[in-house]
Amino acid sequence: MIYEPSIVAVLVFLAFVGVTLGISFYLGSKAKSSQGYFTAHGQIPWFVNGVAFAGDYLSAASFLGICGMIAFYGYDGFLYSIGYLAGWIVALFVVAEPMKRLGKFTFADALDAKFNSRGIKLAAGISTLAVSVFYLIPQMVGAGVLIQPLLGFPHWVGVVMVGTVVIIIVVTAGMVSTTWVQFLKGSLLVLFSAILTVMILQRGFAVEQGGVDGYTFQELGPYKVQGSETPFAAFPELESKEDFANASWENTSEEQVDVPEFIRSDSGMWHVAKTDAGYWIRECQTLEKQESGPPLVNGEPLGSKKGEPELHPVGYISKLPDGVDKTGPVGAVEFFQVLQNSEVVLWKSRTVGNQTVYVPTPTEGSKVLRPGEHPTFKGIRSDNPIDKLNFFSLMLALFCGTASLPHILIRYYTVKDEAAARKSTIVGIASIGFFYVLTLYLGLGAMTSGALDVTNSNMAAPLLAKSMNEWLFAIISAIAFTTVLGTVSGLILASAGAVTHDLLQSVMGMELADHQQVRLAKMASVVVGAIAIVLGIVFQELNVSYLVGWAFSVAASANLPALVMILFWKGVTKEGVIAAVVVGMTSSLGWILASGDTYAKVYGLSAADAIVPFSQPGIVTIPLGFLTLIVVSLLTKSKSTSEAA
Amino acid sequence: MQSHNARVGLVLFVVYLILYGGFVFLNAFNAGLMEITPIAGVNLAILYGFGLIIAALVLALIYGMLCKSEDTPQDKKTEE
Repeated sequence: MIYEPSIVAVLVFLAFVGVTLGISFYLGSKAKSSQGYFTAHGQIPWFVNGVAFAGDYLSAASFLGICGMIAFYGYDGFLYSIGYLAGWIVALFVVAEPMKRLGKFTFADALDAKFNSRGIKLAAGISTLAVSVFYLIPQMVGAGVLIQPLLGFPHWVGVVMVGTVVIIIVVTAGMVSTTWVQFLKGSLLVLFSAILTVMILQRGFAVEQGGVDGYTFQELGPYKVQGSETPFAAFPELESKEDFANASWENTSEEQVDVPEFIRSDSGMWHVAKTDAGYWIRECQTLEKQESGPPLVNGEPLGSKKGEPELHPVGYISKLPDGVDKTGPVGAVEFFQVLQNSEVVLWKSRTVGNQTVYVPTPTEGSKVLRPGEHPTFKGIRSDNPIDKLNFFSLMLALFCGTASLPHILIRYYTVKDEAAARKSTIVGIASIGFFYVLTLYLGLGAMTSGALDVTNSNMAAPLLAKSMNEWLFAIISAIAFTTVLGTVSGLILASAGAVTHDLLQSVMGMELADHQQVRLAKMASVVVGAIAIVLGIVFQELNVSYLVGWAFSVAASANLPALVMILFWKGVTKEGVIAAVVVGMTSSLGWILASGDTYAKVYGLSAADAIVPFSQPGIVTIPLGFLTLIVVSLLTKSKSTSEAA
Repeated sequence: MQSHNARVGLVLFVVYLILYGGFVFLNAFNAGLMEITPIAGVNLAILYGFGLIIAALVLALIYGMLCKSEDTPQDKKTEE
């Protein structure tokens, strides 16, 4: 699709970034000491901190990724919402108060509280860095994705812009400003998502044959096969159409089939779908990359201005219950009741020769609202137990990952005591939970908005807003962008803390005065920020939520076993902690690099050649972390006790 | 020291774990069941999903209430 930067969008966007920077400069002048820089003097009110949790946590992946996934596949994206929220239960009931009690600046502090070991600081510091950098990549990629349509800049400009703004935020003020930015952003995100949801319900549903640009997609049939051997003669009705005079069949499967799946006619690509009523021939959309010049869309070069050739927006309902054309406003429950009994046209992407073909696929509402339609979750409908393991593994990583993310954990040091840590987590759960409930409405609203871009699921939420109102689009996009800013600054701060406190001071034994610590942390922020910019550009083709899955798995495998066991088992030794962190981190990373998903999406190899049997590592590597900790602790127990004595 | 809070936390954690585990297992081994519409024409997948989110909040509030009585004086002590 062609995205024309609108003046409203640019103005709102600049206003948001300006306010964000203003807050940073203003609060930056107040935080001089390292306590202030890393933990905001522990003086953030618990309510503000709680909403800031939501700001930190509801990253670009939550907002853009989940909405997009629901808009394209239905309920499956909501499984991420459920898993991401469930992780907060671990954070609240198990981790929150001990984290606050044991640590001072970083996650490594808490692990090391009992042992005072350089090895633990080193291992925990490195794992913090690894997880943060993994989590940074999708945020930066998301920023590039957003900037492109909003301001019309290429991807890399977006990434560099985010990187620069974030570095300025982090260097000027540290945790105080990051927290207030997160608070603002978290509140705005939840507020405007709620407004958008109300508008979706007010709009209700209507039967359409195309998207908001008014283009009507053709559907021919149903045709009965006339029993001839050559496919075309089987459809005499088609042969008589002018369009199909020079048509040819395109078969995508290796096997011999009675009727191939695609027809290439003068007017474009058509999909042949077999149903009980006969064969339906439906108009598709195509995208073909060219070696030079703009790609071909539906056979013509993609234009640069509105009115020139572009892919048509999609996402519409083809049948409503009781044969009505329009529902009018619907209630929150009625929304699902109507959808359950409707038929929605989803667009699936296929590869035919060197073209990407987008195929309209009418889908029953009851299928849209059930799990198991997205490729990642197909396994739950398969009889193969390994596919089911992949699902378990992902849900486990989401459950365990939250409480192991360094940028979430450091937020426990910005409040004054354990009670405040607890209360702010409860506020966090309330705001995050409310938002995740809204994601289902937003995603399904986008699915039926007629505004979807078939090539880019990440844009579903902003485009949904655009289909309502230009201002809303501008605000939602700006919030999404500040979302990226906020999450990235939190991650960079967590990394800078790990470098300064864990690696340089504790491991290398550097003696640093307070202001030197802050200066060093700021230098570390610039370096990490620069690395993030480079990675954001290098990995721009990768799917955002896929990358977030990596970060959760690595965090859960490396950090959670040590964190939990220290709290609940007296027999933990420092060797056990170090081994658990190292084994958890390397095994989960190794598994990911050897998985089918990475083979297919990163190396461009066949997923079937992958070394490991399924892609999500959590179900193997999280227990492995626990096991390593227990075994190594038992083996080294006597030595540690004698040393301690 | 903080044993009361930790115990309450663990009990509530187990409660949620059972709810969440039930959801995951049901999806994995009886995905078809998620399609039934037991209440008001809304399917089990949505009801259970929303239920999990609401349950998280309810359990969090219960935890907040149960902990309150004990640790206000203790915090002063632990925080030198």
